[in-house]
Amino acid sequence: MTAEATAGTVVRTQPQIQSELMKSRVAAAMWFLVPMLVALAIVAGWPLLRTIYFSLTNTSLNNLYGGDFVGFKNYLSWTTLKSGRTVFSGLLVDPAWWNAVGNTLRFAVISVTLETVIGMIVALVLNAEFKGRGIVRAAILIPWAIPTIVSAKMWSWMLNDQFGIINDLFLNLGIISQKVAWTATADTAMTAVLIVDIWKTTPFMALLILAGLQMVPKDVYEAAKIDGVHPVKVFFKVTLPLVRPAVMVAVIFRLLDAMRIFDLIYVLTPNSKATKTMSVISRENLFDFDKFAYGSAQSTLLFLMIAVMTGLYIWLGKVRFDGGDR
Amino acid sequence: MAHIELKNIKKSFGLVDVIKGVDLEIFSGEFMVFVGPSGCGKSTLLRLMAGLEDITSGEMTFDGTLVNALAPSKRGIAMVFQSYALYPHMTVYENMAFGMELAKSSKEAIKERVEKAAELLQITPYLARLPKQLSGGQRQRVAIGRAIVRDPKVFLFDEPLSNLDAALRVATRLEIAKLHHQMNSSTMVYVTHDQVEAMTLADRICVLRDGLVEQVGTPLELYENPQSLFVAGFIGSPKMNFLNGEIASKFGANTIGVRSEHIEIADREGAWKGKVVHSESLGSDSYVYVDIGVGGDPVIVRQEGTHLHQPDAAISIAPIPGKVYRFDKAGKPVRN
Ligand SMILES: Nc1ncnc2c1ncn2[C@@H]1O[C@H](COP(=O)(O)OP(=O)(O)OP(=O)(O)O)[C@@H](O)[C@H]1O
Ligand SMILES: [Mg+2]
Repeated sequence: MTAEATAGTVVRTQPQIQSELMKSRVAAAMWFLVPMLVALAIVAGWPLLRTIYFSLTNTSLNNLYGGDFVGFKNYLSWTTLKSGRTVFSGLLVDPAWWNAVGNTLRFAVISVTLETVIGMIVALVLNAEFKGRGIVRAAILIPWAIPTIVSAKMWSWMLNDQFGIINDLFLNLGIISQKVAWTATADTAMTAVLIVDIWKTTPFMALLILAGLQMVPKDVYEAAKIDGVHPVKVFFKVTLPLVRPAVMVAVIFRLLDAMRIFDLIYVLTPNSKATKTMSVISRENLFDFDKFAYGSAQSTLLFLMIAVMTGLYIWLGKVRFDGGDR
Repeated sequence: MAHIELKNIKKSFGLVDVIKGVDLEIFSGEFMVFVGPSGCGKSTLLRLMAGLEDITSGEMTFDGTLVNALAPSKRGIAMVFQSYALYPHMTVYENMAFGMELAKSSKEAIKERVEKAAELLQITPYLARLPKQLSGGQRQRVAIGRAIVRDPKVFLFDEPLSNLDAALRVATRLEIAKLHHQMNSSTMVYVTHDQVEAMTLADRICVLRDGLVEQVGTPLELYENPQSLFVAGFIGSPKMNFLNGEIASKFGANTIGVRSEHIEIADREGAWKGKVVHSESLGSDSYVYVDIGVGGDPVIVRQEGTHLHQPDAAISIAPIPGKVYRFDKAGKPVRN
């Protein structure tokens, strides 16, 4: 009788002990996550919710708590005139907004594409073995390490129409015949922004890709050598497929970054219609034009766009953030 | 089919001399095995033959043509790497077909060759899989299959079995032996540090030591006629027993070597008396470790069948006459 009872207890407690262990593990994991979650909720979650809320009100900057709820009026509203014509207003029909969307997309696509291609080339070079490779690797990060405000100001001086070194250089080389106001001219403003951004961000891209390149086993290249694969073919048939996961992750990071570009443009080409991006225009509305609710609506839309793009990209590219896919 | 000749081949990495002047002839259709202790330069020598490393000085010819500066793909070789070196993102079929596709062979020709090789190595069911979905042994067979598809004049193997477990190693070893018989027109060069592999596979063995050839010969030549203390100690398992001092001088040598299978448990004239340190039985054989009181490692004696000896029991052992190898101070055999 006693023996039976004992045996019964043992059998029953066994799984209990295991689940207890599991429980304590889950609890420990939660405790480690809590500081992070709290910090995120405070610095990201709460402002995001506030912004979304503001976008549904008619709040103004001088009375942040006195706004009334107006529904989606900031996004789209319409009135029917006596003549029977319907007039739309709101963010979704605002040409200035769509101009900014176009600028942002153009900037994001061109800069990320060029940064990826150039970054890949730089990474391939840095992956080769040569003397002083460590120093070059460190040196190439310098543009990335300089704060954007500083490098934007630096470039804005270099591109200055009166005293800029670029104009001086190009004039002396005979590339241009008269001084160009690079950042102020509508035709060249976007190009100037792109050049500075590419100069600044390619190193980051290169380093991310380099990390991927170093994961490719060396013996595979030797097998390719014995198979007699042309180096160009090795790149497209062997290297590229193997670093694809790393490149995908790098491209996502950069794309998200580029979509909310603000500081560079704010410093380099303020008030140029040709380069105004979504972030720039929403800041303008929020603080300069006293259209706080309208600016909030723009910020919200920008957030939604980035969220959708990220979702699509991850889904289409089947990206795995652990760098796997092999 | 290729006749390979190495003339005073040297290789340095920076200031480090790794291969220090190797002269070697590998006949066409021969199975040559490189053995030697770790770091002696076996892989380096093989990679020099593959063209994956540049020769520092010396001449290497394949069928009489100098190949020193020839690209790996032009040498008519195929290499099987210790790490398999399969393309991770290609299926087994694509891995095997890649080389031929680059050579712009027709689709049918590729298919035929790949399928034939797959059948030979019994990897047909896995042709559509990625390397990561295969076991180590299967991957190794794919790597060998990729080499076969290239239809090379020379196969180069760098420790192809070292990542496999014991049973699989024996099975794959047999397969490589079979392969050699079926493709007896190809020259094979095989690096290993497993001397059972060396003894069973090789037509001839080349023992390397510290970047130099120590001895080249058939497995039996090396076993029966080692030309140095090093080779004597390297070939054969368990390791040959070496004895110095008084015992050796009785034989007129600085060092004598006796293989464990050439020592009897017998109390006759000239026998060595000692006591059992340990004994182990492997079923078909038994090994007795005997301390004969001259210092150094215990003498290992091999007995057929199962025998058990109590530790510390007194024992007397004697070498079979005529089976004692004698070496002088320089480690060379004593002749008279
Ligand atoms: N790329 C290299 N640069 C510098 N030294 C090298 C290089 N490759 C090999 N070595 C050196 O050359 C020597 C021989 O190396 P190798 O790989 O040929 O040895 P091994 O006989 O194949 O040894 P193992 O049995 O361990 O594979 C080693 O001392 C090694 O450190
Ligand atoms: Mg090696």
